[in-house]
Amino acid sequence: MSTDTHDKSGHHITPLNIYLGIGLTLLVLTAVTITVSFVDLGGWNVVVALIIASIKGSLVALFFMHLLYDKKIYSIVFSMGLLFLSIFIALTMFDTLRRGDIDIIKSEPINKEASIYENMPVPDTTAEHNTDGH
Amino acid sequence: MDHSQNRPAYLQHHFSDVTQQAESAKLGMWVFLLTEILLFGGLFVAYSIFRSWNPEMFYNAHKYLDVTLGSINTVVLITSSVTMALAIRSMQLGQKQKTLALLWSTLILASVFLVIKYFEYSHKFHLGQLPGKYYTFTGVEGNNPHIFFSIYFVMTGLHGIHVLVGMAVITWMIIKTSRNKFSSEYYTPLELTGLYWHLVDLIWIYLFPLLYLIG
Repeated sequence: MSTDTHDKSGHHITPLNIYLGIGLTLLVLTAVTITVSFVDLGGWNVVVALIIASIKGSLVALFFMHLLYDKKIYSIVFSMGLLFLSIFIALTMFDTLRRGDIDIIKSEPINKEASIYENMPVPDTTAEHNTDGH
Repeated sequence: MDHSQNRPAYLQHHFSDVTQQAESAKLGMWVFLLTEILLFGGLFVAYSIFRSWNPEMFYNAHKYLDVTLGSINTVVLITSSVTMALAIRSMQLGQKQKTLALLWSTLILASVFLVIKYFEYSHKFHLGQLPGKYYTFTGVEGNNPHIFFSIYFVMTGLHGIHVLVGMAVITWMIIKTSRNKFSSEYYTPLELTGLYWHLVDLIWIYLFPLLYLIG
């Protein structure tokens, strides 16, 4: 990046063409993600949408938010946010997606005990009917 | 203070030099943006839970969002991010009039975004696709479609509030720029406004496919 210019306080000035090029790329990727959403890829639709969104997001963060040229500490702070957000989502999903499963495991010994009911005689409902009738 | 002669007016007395001041301000802004990610993060978690529990309903309900208006708003917001970045670049080059023109463009694009959002919202209000217990629409197949619209309104609503706050800050920056508060040596507030505005764009980049483009 030896051709890049710097301002009087020594800050990096991103060339105009890079800003316009990134903007254009973001618009093209928007068109791609809209088009792909109308193609049925089953469960892959959401994966593709998130990958494209992440590419767009990275371009915004690296060039518009200047992370590529700035001190690395800002990238670290930003990545920490994303890291903890992914922990937040992943651990919550472990719970909410598996709630039904743990019930099956827990209910197994209960069902074993409950099998004695299968050998019990069926209650006589006709007798009950007779008492009601009187 | 006897050392004040060598210090520019924009340098606060508790910083030893201009670089330290600029870097501290930027670090503070990034920490704030981190809390913003976590604020929206809670909503993205809620989205993940309810979508994973009701994939069919989410698919059916999302068809009632207008992809054309959503796409136009995406283009509007990306363009506003470009004008914001260029506004800062112009100030780095000391071009005040260009900076002002680009800040105004950003402000106008932001208001276009909110006007489109207003039309989307009022259409949904009209149909009764309201959040929670106010939901009266009967057209969506699947269980509890009001959940989708609750998430839609809270996520886009919080994002809309951020656009509104961004517009207020950009207006403030227009005033400061026209009063010659910034130069090619000092434009930190402009830079921080830019960071905030790009984050608002960044969040929309995820909201758009997750709400409008469920495949």
